[in-house]
Amino acid sequence: MSSVLELTAVSKTFNMHLQGGVRLPVVSGVGFVVRVGECAVLAGPSGAGKSSILKMIFGTYRCDAGSIVVRRGENAIDVATAEPRQILALRRDALGYVSQFLRAVPRVAAIDVVAEPLVLAAVPRKAARHRAAELLSRLNIPERLWPLPPATFSGGEQQRVNIARGFVSNLPILLLDEPTASLDAGNRAVVVDLVGEKKRRGAAVVAIVHDEDVRTAIADTVIDVTRFTSEAQGMS
Amino acid sequence: MMQRDTDRPLLVAEGLSKWYGRQLGCRDVSFALYPGEVIAVVGESGSGKSTLLQLLSSQFEPSSGRVLYRMRDGVTRDLAALGEAERRFLFRTDWGYVHQDPTCGLRMTVSAGANVGERLMAVGWRHYGDIRRSAGDWLRRVEIDDSRIDDAPTTYSGGMRQRLQIARNLVNGPCLLFMDEPTGGLDVSVQARILDLLRGLVADLALAAVIVTHDLAVARLLSHRIIVMKSGEVVETGLTDQVLEDPSAAYTQLLVSSILPP
Repeated sequence: MSSVLELTAVSKTFNMHLQGGVRLPVVSGVGFVVRVGECAVLAGPSGAGKSSILKMIFGTYRCDAGSIVVRRGENAIDVATAEPRQILALRRDALGYVSQFLRAVPRVAAIDVVAEPLVLAAVPRKAARHRAAELLSRLNIPERLWPLPPATFSGGEQQRVNIARGFVSNLPILLLDEPTASLDAGNRAVVVDLVGEKKRRGAAVVAIVHDEDVRTAIADTVIDVTRFTSEAQGMS
Repeated sequence: MMQRDTDRPLLVAEGLSKWYGRQLGCRDVSFALYPGEVIAVVGESGSGKSTLLQLLSSQFEPSSGRVLYRMRDGVTRDLAALGEAERRFLFRTDWGYVHQDPTCGLRMTVSAGANVGERLMAVGWRHYGDIRRSAGDWLRRVEIDDSRIDDAPTTYSGGMRQRLQIARNLVNGPCLLFMDEPTGGLDVSVQARILDLLRGLVADLALAAVIVTHDLAVARLLSHRIIVMKSGEVVETGLTDQVLEDPSAAYTQLLVSSILPP
């Protein structure tokens, strides 16, 4: 099957100017391929660089070397060298990202937080809200909470709003950073189902999951990140 | 093949520099702003960010470099080559400018309705009922109660004045909005409301905007891209989340690490 996402020789080092110019290598030589309908799980202990890899794919972290190629039909864009507006367009049309925490915007209703990615992709607001409502129901967010801003919700509720937002559009690539961390068993099962549905629709998924059951349920390949972890980590 | 309008920049800065005598305002700033895109210019006071905004909006003449703007007819023009009348026309039709101090952007002695309505009259609206209705609509959009339409802004609170200034700037349907510290002098709770309102309006109207702020939280909430300035020069540019989460210049790292957690 065709590859959608291809990382080659990617490396990342933080330069800490305020700490006397300490160089903090995170990962180097990262290379893997994710194909249509496939889920790759990044594995490794905390600090191994899993989230950093996801953030480089999404363009939030710059990469120092290598390429991160997103393929869509004939089109290939290298996130590592793309212009900001190309990355913004990719995020709208191709790259979904569910972070560990919801960044709540004051005063925006939960249902609109969830519907927003569709609205930005020019889906009519009514249809977007309809789709958002379906997901919020599936993730067991009670309807009385939908018109409220999620800032006051519990951690688990916020995370489910965040997941709903990440799954609302049908993007070809989905990046998941511990989506089930603060969920109970019932909601974890919903997320597993949602990931399965995305895969059947042909999405390529890259996920960080610590929960063994969830990992077994969704992973097609497991990528051991420690082999990319820079050996000189912590050295200046 | 026809190029889509969103694929061509709306505003282009090319090597903009400004000296005040021997004092540097800003040096060699270049970037392109596309339709619907919001750029935040961040930096501390004296970094040259307000100078840059005034150069971009054609209120100062650059010492060197130029500003190009794509007019409604699709033709890109050098702003310095426009006549004074053409420039004023741009300000009335295509641009908005939100000042930090609303008293600079409002006429304080005429009613709120007139503050909004006179922008419509300036582009040829003549029917009193239409003007009043449109002004009323805009006051509602910025959450000012109908009953206050005939009051002068002198009777308004700081937050209401700022919201009124925003309505006055948006009523004409501009394509480009300049904002200079739009939440600068306001209480935190009032700030949040203005930011949220601006965020919604900018997205709904697909406005392009250049927003000058020293507040990184404002930049995070409103902008797609950030330009970081220090001592008149650009030290870093990038996507907003990139600059805030993976700052590369020493000065940006200092700015980001200086944010107090809420």
